[in-house]
Parts: sequence; C-alpha cells; structure tokens
Amino acid sequence: MTWVNAVVQGILLGGLYALFATGLSLMFGVMRIVNLAHGDLSVLAAFLAFALIDALPLNAFATLVLVVPAMAALGWLLQRFVLQRSLGAGQLAPLLVTFGLSVVLQNVLLEVFSPDSRALDIGGLGTAGLRLSGSVSVGWFGVLCLGIAIAVLVGLQLFLARTAFGRAMRATSDDQETVQLMGIDHRRVYATATAIAFATLAVAGVLFGMRTTFDPSIGPARLIFAFEAVIIGGLGSLWGTLAGGVVLGVAQTVGAQISPAYSILAGHLVFLAVLVLRPQGILRPAAAR
Amino acid sequence: MTALLTVEDLDVRYGDAQALFGVDVTVEAGETLAVIGANGAGKSTLLKTIAGLLRPGRGRIRFDGRDITGLPAHRRAPLGIALVPEGRRLFPSLTVEENLLIGAGLAKARPDRIYELFPHLVALRRRGAGLLSGGEQQAVAIGRALMSDPRLLLLDEVSLGLAPIVVKQLYAVLPAITAAGTTVLLVEQDVNQALAAADRVQCLLEGRVALEAAAGDVSRAAVTRAYFGV
Repeated sequence: MTWVNAVVQGILLGGLYALFATGLSLMFGVMRIVNLAHGDLSVLAAFLAFALIDALPLNAFATLVLVVPAMAALGWLLQRFVLQRSLGAGQLAPLLVTFGLSVVLQNVLLEVFSPDSRALDIGGLGTAGLRLSGSVSVGWFGVLCLGIAIAVLVGLQLFLARTAFGRAMRATSDDQETVQLMGIDHRRVYATATAIAFATLAVAGVLFGMRTTFDPSIGPARLIFAFEAVIIGGLGSLWGTLAGGVVLGVAQTVGAQISPAYSILAGHLVFLAVLVLRPQGILRPAAAR
Repeated sequence: MTALLTVEDLDVRYGDAQALFGVDVTVEAGETLAVIGANGAGKSTLLKTIAGLLRPGRGRIRFDGRDITGLPAHRRAPLGIALVPEGRRLFPSLTVEENLLIGAGLAKARPDRIYELFPHLVALRRRGAGLLSGGEQQAVAIGRALMSDPRLLLLDEVSLGLAPIVVKQLYAVLPAITAAGTTVLLVEQDVNQALAAADRVQCLLEGRVALEAAAGDVSRAAVTRAYFGV
C-alpha cells in the first residue's frame, strides 16, 4: 500500500510540474524560444508573493490576483521589446538572452531578498488531507494543485481550439510569415503567447512556494523539471505536458519510496529512458514532426 | 479607369543579389493583369514586395492613391491586398475551415461564399490542411485570400505542380472573382494560361520589364522574345 501511496502522491505532484512546464511548452511551441529563465521567473513570482504577504494583510492565495497579472505584463513587455529583437538574429540569440536574464534574475533576487530560504505560509492547508485507507492519504493542497493544473490546461486548450486569437496563435506557430498576409501582427501574437506563458508559470511558482521552500538560486534546478516534463510528454502538446508532469512526479515519489536519495535521480532516469526509447514523447505518434 | 495599384521604379535585392531593377507596374481597378516570365525573373519577388513581405531598396508602391511603401504586411491586408503565396503555404495544424476563417484575420467572417466558389471544399472542411491534394490545397489558399474580401488579389503561380485539368478548374473560378469587383494581379510561368485569363500581360526578364501589351493582341513571337530574351 505504501507503493500505491507513492504513486498517488506522484500524480498530485505531477499536476504542479505540468502547470509549471506549460509555459515552457507554449513559448517553444509558438516562438521556438527555449526560455532558460523559466525556473528563475517562477522563483521571481514566488518572491513577489512573499513580498506582498510581507507588505499587505494578504492571504498567500490572494497574492495570485496581483502576481499573475504582473508576471503576464512582464512577459508581454519582455517579448515585445527584448526577445522580439533577438528573434531575427539567429537561433542562438534568444537562447543567450534568456540565459542572461536567468543570471540577472538570480543576482537581483539575491541582492533584494538575501540567500535565505523562504516559504509561503498557507496555514493548516499544507498538512490537511483525506485518509483513504491505512497508508494512502491525499493532501488537499496536492489535490488543489492538480485541479488548478487541469483547469489551466483545459482553459488553454479551449482558448487555442475555439477562439479566433487561439487560431491565430496556432497559425503563427506554423508559419509566422504567412500569417502576416492575413492582417495578423505576429509580434502581437508572440507577446500574448509569452504573457500567457508567464501567467501560468507565475501560478506554478507561487504554488511551488507554498509547497516547499525556495531561495534565489533554485530556479535552474526547477527548469530541469519543466524540461523533463515537456520532453517526456512530447514537445508542443499540452496534454503531453500533463502526462509528462505526472510521469515525472510519479517517478520521483516512487524513487523516494525506494530511498529518499533516489527521488530526483529516478526522475532523471525516466527522462533519459524516454529520450532513448521514445524521443518524440509518450503521447506523440512516431510519425509526427 | 483609375489605377488601383501603381508600382514605380522598384528595386528589390536579397543581400547581394538584386532581383528587380526599376520595375514599373500599374493595375487598373477591375482589370486582370498577368505577369509572366521564366524561373528567377522576379515575379514572386514583385508580388511579395507588393504584399509587404519584402522591402524595396528603391521605388514607390501606391495603392488606391495611398503610398504604402513603408507599411508592414499585416497592415496592408486590411486595406484590401491579399496574396495567394507561391507553394500555397496553408497552415498544416489548422483544418480547411480554420484556414479559411483565418483569411479574415482576427475578424469574424463566414466562409459561405468560398464554399459556393469551391463546392468540393465543403466535404473537406474538417480535414487537416496537410492532408489535401495539391489542387485542393490551392483552392483553400485562394479561398483563404478571398475571405478578407480583397480589392486586389495577388495570385502567385496557381498552376505550380498541378495537373493541367486541375489548373483549368482553378482558373475557371477567376471570372466569378473578377465579376465581384476584385482586381487580379497574377503571376504565371504558363504563358497560355496567363494570356487566356488576363486582360493585359507584362513580361519580366531578369528583373526588368521586357514587354507590356493587351493580352488579346500580343503575338507569340513577341512573347517568346520577351520571355527568353532572344
């Protein structure tokens, strides 16, 4: 039964990984930008929430109302005025820009918030849960994270499939030159896609901050989890990202069940196994591009 | 008649290679102009520059009396310029109907008129655009361009890679398009097809205008001379 419990905990953790990886997947899917600052930006979101709780009488969840729009605006501006300029300068340029941003963010956070570990306090919710049987219990916070992740992914999927702007986003991902012939400004589509990506990573960053401690240097370690979730699920597929997050989460909790030291390693091993056996990801047919 | 599109003294270069040298083109409102020429004569370059995908090194482009030389492509489309690009360039991850809908940009538009022009697309509306035959793809590409109700339709090599019978079917809808008041500037390698479809013809040779004549009274010999430069 402890194994069943490990799998259940892994699925719940996987929801958070999937939510976190969504933005990385979206930015790569629409703009072919690999955002190396993805992890640091989620840490920035957590620190923003931390500062807000410090300054205002706000509940940790309520900070999302301010942090998410702020991060979305940051994403829009960053794409429109920084990343857009780098896109014309070859494939390496945006990669270097986001790498530079990652270094800058880590150092600014270190300067402003010190290297201390922080956490966002959610009171009793962090430990409250439902005992299903002798050794299987689900924490309400984990269920909430998975629920938010699924809601965000479903919402994003509907947006892409059903709205005119979502359609424009998919078309821009296919062919950013031809889409301009339809009267659509691809730069505006890019900026909006980045804003959405930043909004989702902000939610994930704040939820991470509620789940575990964070410090200014933890971003790159998180980025790896997002990469692994995206690659396991298959690049450019939202449902793949959810599946990838869940597989990664389960691998880590099952690994931890064997020995706590194996948690991260087990995730990496599953990732490597997928890369070797199914490089297109678990949810993609082999024929897809 | 008044000129809908005036291209004056247009120079376009790709890096070190110059593709157009001082090209002048005028398209009157309501007419169909065919630009013919061999591979590499600069036909596609001309259309891409008019649509705004390429920037000219020199020269002016005027549309409906307005200078649009510096306008980006996405701001030319709303003025009424639509390009059917070479090689169709459909969006493969969108369905046929979605490809048509996006032809109107972010605006709402119904594809009914397109389905009247190309009835065989109705059955294919939910199919992915990547799963169509070449002729079906070309029909969708033309339909997509018409969704914005353009005043000027730019057609780039509609016949490219298609069987003659399919080309004939596609050109058969052209009268219906022009009858609705759309001015057409088409580019073709197939001289006979171009002469049959157009009111006027202009021949490009190595980036320069080599011939300009009414499609009805141009001699084969003159076209051959302008086409091959012999």
